Amino acid sequence: MPFPCIKIQQEDFDLTTEINNLRKGHKKIGAVVAFVGTVRDLNEGDDIAVLELEHYPNMTEKALEDIRLKAHDRWNLQTSLIIHRIGKMQPCEQIVLVAVTSRHREEAFHAAHFIMDYLKTNAPFWKKETFANGDTHWVDARMSDKDAEQKWLSR
Amino acid sequence: MLNILYFASLKEALGQAEETISATEFSTVENLINTLSERGEQWAGALLHNTNLQIAVNHDIASRDTPLSSGDEIAFFPPVTGG
Repeated sequence: MPFPCIKIQQEDFDLTTEINNLRKGHKKIGAVVAFVGTVRDLNEGDDIAVLELEHYPNMTEKALEDIRLKAHDRWNLQTSLIIHRIGKMQPCEQIVLVAVTSRHREEAFHAAHFIMDYLKTNAPFWKKETFANGDTHWVDARMSDKDAEQKWLSR
Repeated sequence: MLNILYFASLKEALGQAEETISATEFSTVENLINTLSERGEQWAGALLHNTNLQIAVNHDIASRDTPLSSGDEIAFFPPVTGG
């Protein structure tokens, strides 16, 4: 596997299993920060029945690995993992996991936040919503996500 | 020869996910966009006049002035919305 720290998968993930694997054999780890993104049932006021995630195979893995390595360059981290699900999901399901380990909490907190902000604006994934009445809609990109990424440039 | 990919709303608007163009005259992404946009309004709207158009060449984010060479994979897509 070219990117063992990146997983693009249809199936759900188990947080405890993933974190145990990330910590295994690393005795210097003193902090683990994990962010889990989940499917909301409401977006712009309509009931969502299904959320479908499309991605660009190969480019997605490369983009996520680039972001992960940027975080390792910037902070003193031990290990990190990004899991992003694709395909069809329902409200309340997990979509994304970013988990980072470091010696002390500060690095892991910053790095997990940084990876999520960059993932939002740089990794080629697209969300399509299907509503209860059968209508479909491609989710629009948010300016606030771009702003969140930009903030890291001046920190 | 160029391999062209379309994703998400662009793929739906253009009615195709992938195509191969056997041509050597495309020096930049801009040239390719101009030629594809001659296919009709739908294409011009999705590519030439689309100010939100995102472009990747060989899996790296690119722009309209990125040079192209034979064998390249060019992808067109809307702004990303993962996470």
